Amino acid sequence: MAINIKDPSAVQEMMKGLWRDNPVFVQVLGMCPMLAVTNSAINALAMGLATLFVLVGSSALVSAFKNLIPKQVRISLYIVIIATFVTVIDYALLAVFPAIHKELGAFIPLIVANCMILGRQEAFAAKHTVGFAVMDAIGMSAGFLIALFALGSVREILGNGSLFGIDLFGAGFEPWVIMILPPGGFITLGLILLFFNWVTERKARFLQQVVAAEQARG
Amino acid sequence: MDNLIWIFVSAMLVNNFVLAYFLGLCPFLGVSGRLETSFRLGLATTFVLLITALCSWFLNAYVLTHAPYLRLISFIVVIASTVQFIEMAIKKLSPALFKALGIFLPLITTNCAILGLAIFATNRGYGFAEGMVFALGAGAGFTLAMVLMAGLREETEIIDMPVLVRGTAMNLIIAGILSMAFMGFAGLFSST
Repeated sequence: MAINIKDPSAVQEMMKGLWRDNPVFVQVLGMCPMLAVTNSAINALAMGLATLFVLVGSSALVSAFKNLIPKQVRISLYIVIIATFVTVIDYALLAVFPAIHKELGAFIPLIVANCMILGRQEAFAAKHTVGFAVMDAIGMSAGFLIALFALGSVREILGNGSLFGIDLFGAGFEPWVIMILPPGGFITLGLILLFFNWVTERKARFLQQVVAAEQARG
Repeated sequence: MDNLIWIFVSAMLVNNFVLAYFLGLCPFLGVSGRLETSFRLGLATTFVLLITALCSWFLNAYVLTHAPYLRLISFIVVIASTVQFIEMAIKKLSPALFKALGIFLPLITTNCAILGLAIFATNRGYGFAEGMVFALGAGAGFTLAMVLMAGLREETEIIDMPVLVRGTAMNLIIAGILSMAFMGFAGLFSST
């Protein structure tokens, strides 16, 4: 690590991924794994952690070798680096948690095609030192993890009446099966984005009012 | 033969890549503004899917039998470079076709539907004919979903609705309703 953790700008780089530049809610990136694996909270968590490993690993590697990578072939090299880390986590999950690996199935190899990861290499890791790149990667994947977990838990609670497999409502609850099926994923994410837009707009309007009040006071 | 028809219909309708597997969502949400463009993007994607099926079949059959752990890396590199070569060839041989498909080809290569097709085909152990039919069905399904989505989005542009709802949130909810409609196809093959 080239930088001090207490450095305020490093912490800022990390925090921006959580809300202001949240990869899912604000930038709308990485939708494929986002919707496909969030039919239960545990799957969402596993996917988020796998993405965290891949993003932190490849960001560190890309920023460490940024001066050695020729400009013309950088995208292909980034993809090869990402694919290497994805292969590692794929085989690691298969060995340690075969049940989760089976649940996620083809969507672990598909982390390679998550445009959020390639986007961070191109937009951040290739221009910053290893320390900053790792902080940015942690923040971004934490934001991604939060989004995945939010979607996964909402879908599991409504669609299955449980969270992490623990029954929440008892036998009287009729599960909304549609929520754990594909349409539920689209609609839940649509509603969450709607909520996010609403909060952002309210905040902007509040700030405007504050500015107007300040000006009126002179 | 029955098996091939089943693979085609299943990839196109029952397990539609976009609406059931969530593959290729970036173009589905990003480029589906106009009907004309969506249809052409669908055709170009089908084309790349066929090349992908060919490449992945070749790699699986002749190259990767001794090193399965290199599958992901070699799929990506081989598919991306093959598409690049074909793009150059089309540009040289048929400028009209290049104009129709060309601008989309490099974008499509990084689409998760492409890699998804290769991985699904491998996991299910498809042979050459099955793989090609699977690619054709997936492409047809993708085109169908794109065209339906674009048509609906063109309609929504003239509807009076709150500014807050416009954009990705609304598109996702429309996609959810489309996906619900496609679930109706799930009963098609209950007997087999």
